[in-house]
Amino acid sequence: MKIVYTDVLVIGGGLAGLRIAIGAKRRGHDVVILSLVPPKRSHSAAAQGGMQASLGNVIKGQGDSEDVHFEDTVRGSDWGADQRVVRMFVNTAPKAVRELAAWGVPWSRVRRGDRDVIINGQKVTITERDEAHGLVAQRDFGGTKKWRTCYVSDGTGHAMLQTMSDQAIGAAIPVHERTEAIALIHDAGRCYGAIVRDLVTGELSAYVAKATAIASGGAGRLYRVTTNAVICEGIGSAIALETGVATLGNMEAVQFHPTAIVPAGILVTEGCRGDGGLLKDVDGHRFMPDYEPEKKELASRDVVSRRMEEHIAKGKGVKSRFGEHIWLDITLLGEKHIKHNLREVYEICQHFMGVDPTKDWIPVRPAQHYTMGGVRTNHTGESPTLKGLFAAGEAACWDMHGFNRLGGNSVAETVVAGMIVGEFVADFCDRTENEVDIPTSLVHAFLRREEAHLSGLVNGKGTEDAAAIKARMQEIMTAKVGIFRRGEDLKSAVDELQQLLVRSRNIGLKYKAGGANPELVTAYRVQKMLKLALCVSYGALTRTESRGAHFRQDHPRRNDAEWLKRTLASWKGDATLPDLAYEPLDVAKMELPPGWRGYGAKDYVDHPDTPVRAAEVDALKQNMAGASRFAVQEALMPYDALLPERLRGRNERIDERFEASK
Amino acid sequence: MSDATVVKIVPATQGGGNGAQHRALKINVLRHNPQDKASVPRLQTYDLEEADGMTLFIALNEIREKMDASLQFDFVCRAGICGSCAMVINGRPTLACRTLTKNLPAEITLAPLPFFELIGDLSVNTGKWMRGMSERLEGWLHMKDPNPDLTRIEERMDPDLADKIYELDRCIECGCCVAACGTARMREDFVGAVGLNRVARFRLDPRDARTDADYYDVIGDDNGVFGCMSLLACHDVCPKNLPLATQIAFMRRKMVKMAWGK
Repeated sequence: MKIVYTDVLVIGGGLAGLRIAIGAKRRGHDVVILSLVPPKRSHSAAAQGGMQASLGNVIKGQGDSEDVHFEDTVRGSDWGADQRVVRMFVNTAPKAVRELAAWGVPWSRVRRGDRDVIINGQKVTITERDEAHGLVAQRDFGGTKKWRTCYVSDGTGHAMLQTMSDQAIGAAIPVHERTEAIALIHDAGRCYGAIVRDLVTGELSAYVAKATAIASGGAGRLYRVTTNAVICEGIGSAIALETGVATLGNMEAVQFHPTAIVPAGILVTEGCRGDGGLLKDVDGHRFMPDYEPEKKELASRDVVSRRMEEHIAKGKGVKSRFGEHIWLDITLLGEKHIKHNLREVYEICQHFMGVDPTKDWIPVRPAQHYTMGGVRTNHTGESPTLKGLFAAGEAACWDMHGFNRLGGNSVAETVVAGMIVGEFVADFCDRTENEVDIPTSLVHAFLRREEAHLSGLVNGKGTEDAAAIKARMQEIMTAKVGIFRRGEDLKSAVDELQQLLVRSRNIGLKYKAGGANPELVTAYRVQKMLKLALCVSYGALTRTESRGAHFRQDHPRRNDAEWLKRTLASWKGDATLPDLAYEPLDVAKMELPPGWRGYGAKDYVDHPDTPVRAAEVDALKQNMAGASRFAVQEALMPYDALLPERLRGRNERIDERFEASK
Repeated sequence: MSDATVVKIVPATQGGGNGAQHRALKINVLRHNPQDKASVPRLQTYDLEEADGMTLFIALNEIREKMDASLQFDFVCRAGICGSCAMVINGRPTLACRTLTKNLPAEITLAPLPFFELIGDLSVNTGKWMRGMSERLEGWLHMKDPNPDLTRIEERMDPDLADKIYELDRCIECGCCVAACGTARMREDFVGAVGLNRVARFRLDPRDARTDADYYDVIGDDNGVFGCMSLLACHDVCPKNLPLATQIAFMRRKMVKMAWGK
């Protein structure tokens, strides 16, 4: 039996995993990264538009601060987020952009003087300040009060991932490419690493570690129509679930991005609308102002996606052989802007549709885009129930997105959580009581269990077709657990997914070989994916309210009185449904008590504690009138002590200079 | 700007679909599984009906799901962003995911990228080679100050320079340039256009502490910038249209100057 020993095992080589690895390595711990693909091919690379951080360099970002970013994020989450974690995040995001700037990311920079931009369909001239010249620039994104999204043309994720991966190579961090963790090794509430399959040779080995960090991204491939890469199957989250000890939070919170191209489902960035692009219907009418007079095309993603589907349902969609769609018009941005700032969009339209977006409108429709849920962690990134298991990025429910994530907050989360969780992982490994002291017999037992399982699939007498089961699961999820959800659809989805799960235990392979057997990979993954699909659909069925991206047509109101709580799913052995438990969010401790988001539906049911807390917050703000914003914030909801020491501290801005400025 | 009432027609919605005859595609795949000692390289043909908007990503997955569960290939983003799926398509290295079958003849021949270690069928180990190249060239930014104060305003950079660096940073390490390279065929340690472009990118970046002397140490030989024979295939096949030949010529001039100055 091959056993690899390391201090830290990171599962996933995207931005979050790489940043955790770099952080732990800097603190003197050995790290091994497992990655399904070469790290630079991770799905982080597909983030086009940008990363939110309240630098406030551009003139339209003037007055931005952690406070504004905090409020936008909490409203975006429809109050589902952990507000302390949001505070940790918004305070670290500017540091993350600045760190990446120092590490080599070629952030687009502010140019002094006049420039023409499109705002609300009109050409407007804005003037950038002299003192901002050469600093990191920001663009507009949905659901934000200020222009806050830092970007590298429209290849932000790509450029960030290049730099992060380069720095990991520079730090001599080994990446075991084309390997997959298929089970976690754990005992008595403590995680000790993973059983890992080599995707080239099929060989199984054990990786034993003090700390294990899951950073394997989202689970978009539960759906047929998704913007996600084909590797985004949620296996990291699934192996955490399969421990029966770790829990998954808010799996029913699934984001649908408004602008995926039809029919390929490939994303065109939110930057299209951020930079002034418009959504139009079959009559060429710009319909978003009819529904959302305040934010129009730039309401949060859940709201825009619903409005598009609502408009299509009214017969205003454009019919095509691939079904109905809406138009995205970016022609008004001009050829120069599109070919420079939205070049990936230009390339995607050309290659996949033969459309020239400088002249033609782009056919788009909402598609699954982001998994808000994931491995439930506390603010340190560690599972509250399985010691030594950490998670970060899209795979985690940390939980800064609640029920809807803002555009630009995902790549931001990957690096910010990577920085923060990396420090806590290192702290964990520093403590002598966390040395690994398990017998190899335990490791053997896990290895043998997985070996038996895989050889059962290869050599067994099963008759079910893995690819067909997977396709059916994806179809059910897209048809019945999508943007608009209804109890009866969800019930039938849950029923059929349970049947599929039972059938998946009887999969037989047509191609009976070990090694790089793609059919075997589909087989063992679909068994895990079905459990995730059931966490999503059963969670959605049980949550009889609408919040953020989770919209129940039969329960259209947000109901704080009953549902201001986080869903926790766990899985026991051969069950066909997860056990659901709920973790209440404490209104009395919120800095921003629940209210209207500023877009979307205005009616919701208040939590009984909300008026009390709202009055308390107002009174405190009045009493402290004249105090600094930092003092007021500290009084409302202290969080500084939660951050790792080296990441604390305020952020300097042009308009908030430190005393001894450079 | 008034909202036009004219509905623009784009190819995605043209044709109506009914009655349109789909072509019968013949897809030949060069197959070999080095893990299997009995495997012999061979060309295998799959017959497939073309569909609207079909890419090689869609075609190959359909073959695997319906005809041959053992077929190996690599796709990740399927959007032309990640560089996983480079292969030789009718003799030319390019990205399979964004190759529409309608732009190809009805008979399509697919082979794995040459030069790289074969994993199986159309899957090659570009990742291993790229990591090795990056280690050799020290392909990461060497910071002047490894511990910058992250609470302070970032260093400024000229906006045009940032754009120029991004131009070279757009490389997706797909391996097409190396697969098409004449020098790489003769010198297995040649760093390729991808490697030389990496160095050019860091040389352009004022944040990098290295000098031309440092770059000369890693690319100042026949496995580096002097190995290039200027056949320009790298430039021709780059799916991201990077100015590879220009960068190599530029670096060669700088490195010659460096050598003479020594």
